Amino acid sequence: MNPRYLPLTATVAIFLIAYAVCIAQYPNMLSTRVIGNLLTDNAFLGIAAVGMTFVILSGGIDLSIGAVIAFTGVFLAVLLQSTAIHPLAAFALALIITTAFGAMMGAIIHHLEMPPFIVTLAGMFLARGMAFVLSIDSIPIKHPFYTSLKSFYYVLPGGGRLTLIGGLMLVVFLVGILIAHRTRFGADVYALGGGTATARLMGVPIGRTTVMIYALSGFLAGLSGIVFSLYTSAGYSLATVGVELDAIAAVVIGGTLLTGGSGFVAGTLIGILIQGLIQTYITFDGSLSSWWTKILIGLLLFAFILLQKALILLSDRRRRHA
Amino acid sequence: MNFKFALAGATILAASVFSAASASAMTVGFSQIGSESGWRAAETTLTKQQAEKRGIDLKFADAQQKQENQIKALRSFIAQGVDAILVAPVVATGWDEVLQEAKDAKIPVVLLDRTIDAPKDLYLTAVTSDLVHEGNVAGKWLVDTVAGKPCNVVELQGTTGSSPAIDRKKGFEEALAGKDNLKIVRSQTGDFTRTKGKEVMESFLKAEDGGKNICAVYAHNDDMAVGAIQAIKEAGLKPGTDILVVSIDAVPDIFQAMAAGEANATVELTPNMAGPAFDALDAFIKDGKEPPKWIQTESKLYTQADDPMKVYEEKKGLGY
Repeated sequence: MNPRYLPLTATVAIFLIAYAVCIAQYPNMLSTRVIGNLLTDNAFLGIAAVGMTFVILSGGIDLSIGAVIAFTGVFLAVLLQSTAIHPLAAFALALIITTAFGAMMGAIIHHLEMPPFIVTLAGMFLARGMAFVLSIDSIPIKHPFYTSLKSFYYVLPGGGRLTLIGGLMLVVFLVGILIAHRTRFGADVYALGGGTATARLMGVPIGRTTVMIYALSGFLAGLSGIVFSLYTSAGYSLATVGVELDAIAAVVIGGTLLTGGSGFVAGTLIGILIQGLIQTYITFDGSLSSWWTKILIGLLLFAFILLQKALILLSDRRRRHA
Repeated sequence: MNFKFALAGATILAASVFSAASASAMTVGFSQIGSESGWRAAETTLTKQQAEKRGIDLKFADAQQKQENQIKALRSFIAQGVDAILVAPVVATGWDEVLQEAKDAKIPVVLLDRTIDAPKDLYLTAVTSDLVHEGNVAGKWLVDTVAGKPCNVVELQGTTGSSPAIDRKKGFEEALAGKDNLKIVRSQTGDFTRTKGKEVMESFLKAEDGGKNICAVYAHNDDMAVGAIQAIKEAGLKPGTDILVVSIDAVPDIFQAMAAGEANATVELTPNMAGPAFDALDAFIKDGKEPPKWIQTESKLYTQADDPMKVYEEKKGLGY
């Protein structure tokens, strides 16, 4: 087997084994309700994590997404509360703002040759601060359009619900997979992750690609914010603190190399589902501390970092022998 | 290897036997906000104790202050098919959808210690204390204690704009209304903290002739009262005697102060919200009796006459 596929295989195996263990203990976990919940409850995280996958594949990082999600939620809530604008127009406006925000961070990273960590950290503070400026209260969204969007779900056999936002996450993942593996932009992202110098020699437009990567991440964070506002029917500036870290964890557990250049968008979906599964298991058990979620995710991350390191050493040795 | 399999098999068998045995008991899911304050930790401890006492299988989920975690926990409870759900909501908005799902699955939901911004038919009832009433009880105690003598009161408010600060002030003022002998001469925020309570009390003492003009201090929570007691002592006066101290919450530390004669009274914000909630659920599930939409917890007054050391011993193990 190509060692490139090893982390992804490990992720899928871990997910299947973990799910089997859960079912053995709580047969109720094999229900469409739980599967529907996994998709609905993690929709906002999944959509943002697709953007994060592209950023990490290119060798970067985006710490701003949690703040951008909260900002989008508050922005929508304030806009819908104080003006008569239709939610669809508000969505478009929010997406334009967040995409431009991402593109701006990408431009700063490229043109000023700043580390993405610092630039997106600044972006995080900026977006969170803007959310607080708009409102410190949690504002309910009572627009009838929201109600009709939420009543739009498909009842799976067994009582589970495939909601609009759960379905949207799956669509975003599908589109993400297509972009990563079937477009020029996708190939450029992988090339960039392999090293800026080699990418330049290969004729990759570095600046344009960097800006587009962060713009895509900003766009998906905005979309995630819309999904989150649908999920809670409210905008709250303190929401989704630390979601960027959950997204990074999902990407790494999904088998993407933190140094960039190798990984799969599909793996991130499994990474998200593993996190959701651990949370569901802990709630089903009902006596374990919720902090076990963090502990288990931490252990998994460690395991995957070690696996990545081992793979890099292995391929180095092979190259030397060749 | 074989041994391991046998062990695993035995565990699963034991687990299924155990769950079959407890299947007759009521299973209740409890989504707690987190453990940000001592009071909340005590609420969690008491909820677990109450569940154990009644033979209820309690599924506990700590949301670590995040609404998304609470919604996830509620959905998992519904998927699991629990008999009822308790939730202490972290914010007021965003509950309609998940509560509708619980309602569709015919699972009653009880709100603990906070209310939400959602249609009332989505939950069974809310168990909370009445903050205005708490202030009122504190005020009445002071009115009765000074018994007509003139008395200048200073007030340590909670965090500006927070609902406990607004409501506890309102209730206290209502109790003092029409009593000309009692006057609130100074009122400032102490942010619900011990250090701010002490600082503000120090400035009150300086402003009021070294404290000679102050006959009582009313603090919106016990922590600020403990800070104020420290300030009064440092000013060379006797708290509890020279200046009366009344506050709200009934955390263990204030009982120690009461035992030492340094605090006079406190009004309890009971962490036992689950007891009344379980009672209401029991009546609803067994007899179909619909509880009122709001169950008010008791705001009990404790004074030095109530054996403060004994109460302290009872409370200190609860996680405050």
